[in-house]
Amino acid sequence: MSTRTLPLVFINLGGEMLYILDQRLQAQNTSVDNSEKGRSFFTQEQKLLCFRLNMQDHKYFLFSFMGVPHWAAGVWSENDRKRVMSDIVGTMFSKAFMDELLKPQQLYSHRTMKTVLTRLAHTSIMRLNPASMEKLYELMVMAFKYQVYLCPRPKDLLLITYNHMDAIREFVRDTPAVANQVDETHRKLIEVYSPLSEGEFQLLRQTLLVFFQDMHVRVSLFLKNQIQKPNGRFTLTMSGPVPHGGEVPGLIRLLDVKGREVSRHEFPSGGSYSSAVREGSFDLHGDRVLRLGVNMYTMNYPEETHTSRNICAQPDDVPNLLAKEELNLLARIMGSMKTEHVHSAEGSFRLNLFASDQEEEEAGSSGGARDFEVINIQAMQDEQAAAELARIAGQFAEEEVRHEEQSSSKGDELLAMMDDL
Amino acid sequence: MFHKEKNIQIKNSASALYNNLSVLRIAPRRLTYFTVVHANVVNMVSASWDGLNYSHRQLQSKEPNVATSTSLIMQAAFCVLPSRELLVVTSQKGIQMYESDGSIMVYWHALDTPETPTAQAVFARGIAAVSENYVCVGVSSGAILVFDVPSKGSNITLSEVLEEHKESITDIASECSGSQECVANLVTVDDGGSLCVWKSGEEFQLLNKIGGFDISCSSVKLWKGTVVAGYGSGQIRIYEAVTGILQSEINAHARWIYSLDIAPFSGLLLSAAEDSYVRVWHLSVTPETNSVEVAHLHNECVTDTQICGAKFCDGDGYAFAVTGYDLSEIIRYTQT
Repeated sequence: MSTRTLPLVFINLGGEMLYILDQRLQAQNTSVDNSEKGRSFFTQEQKLLCFRLNMQDHKYFLFSFMGVPHWAAGVWSENDRKRVMSDIVGTMFSKAFMDELLKPQQLYSHRTMKTVLTRLAHTSIMRLNPASMEKLYELMVMAFKYQVYLCPRPKDLLLITYNHMDAIREFVRDTPAVANQVDETHRKLIEVYSPLSEGEFQLLRQTLLVFFQDMHVRVSLFLKNQIQKPNGRFTLTMSGPVPHGGEVPGLIRLLDVKGREVSRHEFPSGGSYSSAVREGSFDLHGDRVLRLGVNMYTMNYPEETHTSRNICAQPDDVPNLLAKEELNLLARIMGSMKTEHVHSAEGSFRLNLFASDQEEEEAGSSGGARDFEVINIQAMQDEQAAAELARIAGQFAEEEVRHEEQSSSKGDELLAMMDDL
Repeated sequence: MFHKEKNIQIKNSASALYNNLSVLRIAPRRLTYFTVVHANVVNMVSASWDGLNYSHRQLQSKEPNVATSTSLIMQAAFCVLPSRELLVVTSQKGIQMYESDGSIMVYWHALDTPETPTAQAVFARGIAAVSENYVCVGVSSGAILVFDVPSKGSNITLSEVLEEHKESITDIASECSGSQECVANLVTVDDGGSLCVWKSGEEFQLLNKIGGFDISCSSVKLWKGTVVAGYGSGQIRIYEAVTGILQSEINAHARWIYSLDIAPFSGLLLSAAEDSYVRVWHLSVTPETNSVEVAHLHNECVTDTQICGAKFCDGDGYAFAVTGYDLSEIIRYTQT
């Protein structure tokens, strides 16, 4: 359908990814009372080993490490965090990558998206194994699905995107070069998307809704705020302001041949709507008014990034028949990502979104294998792209290697309690 | 006024597309067919009137060749002509026409799709049977393709291309199929809200063009020389077809309207939108005085659902059916 979805998809999904990573990295730092002390205590080799970033609250985090040397906590310094963010943002908003995304093209499968987003995450010093990436991806997609679904007017998709970009700009404000890239991209988006009509935006939105169709992963933050029901579906309210340009329902007007009103009468609309509020700004800076797309994750709710899968069918289970076209897209996009930012596994930090190694292995064994299959390409015309993709495949293979031992049995009990959520 | 009946399960959930429900009543066999689009598949359900038998069928969008990407379907609609009934399916790649039970594809028309994708999306959308033997289909470029359909067989031909709209076609409606004589028997609408009113024939004649206000018109119906149009602003506007005079404006919904339907024998009007509401209205048209009256009759709220299709199941409006995005069922209501 719409050929203009990719830039918005990547910026919004990428934005959600950064929100989650930022929250996880910050939660990790504040969970230890004396992180400053911890930082100076770590040797370079200790920093290179894998560590846990748990999804549960601070108490559990500390508790689970009672049997483990406490060097495992507090590895991420403020600078590390900022570096992760600016590396990812720098790649995402690089001219080459954006130009590739801005070319008119169809929106492809979740597999392709996941592969490119993993690559994006790996341009930082961070390493995400396939299982963590899977969970992260689900969180990102459900957040974006919610935003697109509740978007008041199709054009407000841009405001949602600009909300993400405003936050991204904040993340990298200490790195002027990257902040400039964000501004440049913003200008390009304004140029490309401003001429689109409301109907074209609705087509774009409908294309995105097909992409999100049948995904009902439950997100604890959404469940808690009651924007999502236990069956995974989002709630819609019959109240609040109507979208900009709309009218509060409830009025029938009859007109004469000259267009003058002859009569008017009201009807019960069932909801309690109010008039539209002022329109948000579509400029480089300004009050967006719309709150969809702002960072929902705060330091107060570390369990927010907990998801549980519903039994509903995952779109990825269906074999992807459009292999050739999608691989070409993948090759082009990968090729346009800056390669100098890719770090080898030795100098990287592993980020684990699961509570325990066991859960990770269980998920990893199935998830990892699936992802590996996708990258198994037979013939590629572009040698460079092929080399890139082969290296990504290699990176996934490295992820299978585990260093850490299992958490204590007490940790398992708590994990079981958490799963009852 | 209406109460809820048992839902009909469908094999996939409905996609968020305009007018995403089509209904065909087969009185001699006491059956009703429903079609709902899911991405690149059309889900067909055949429901017996006694509510005991349901059979399902799925139709895929046709790909010109295996190597190309999946073609998403924009709309599926039944076309009732005096001599035969067809199921027309429009997608990004072209137009497929089937016998009404979906058993055999009788015609395929490929759209001109460019080698590399362009900024302007390419697809077909908007389907209506017109007069004795025509099926009209809209295209994203704004063109209307007029197909000549013989009373049986697959010798369907492209008879004419109407180029009047500048924006993508969203919906097409007709009335007076067959016996009746009408001045205007076809209306086409587009993404910019422009309406064109036509008279069918060997050469279709443009009777009127009503400018839009850059508010997309997503659904349209034609009844007793009156155009009823639903807009992205949630408004319904009623125009006199031939003159283009605006007769009524209703602030009907809080969100984008996705579907309109009229029960021709009773004048009942159905409107459905992303705001979760389906509303039933009564229209009365007095041609002599060129006046229209609208009364609101009933609301149904489909909780937490953005409705994408709503149709009456019969000509009197005794029952209607509804589909919603991400829902794998067809919800039905009957008059009490």
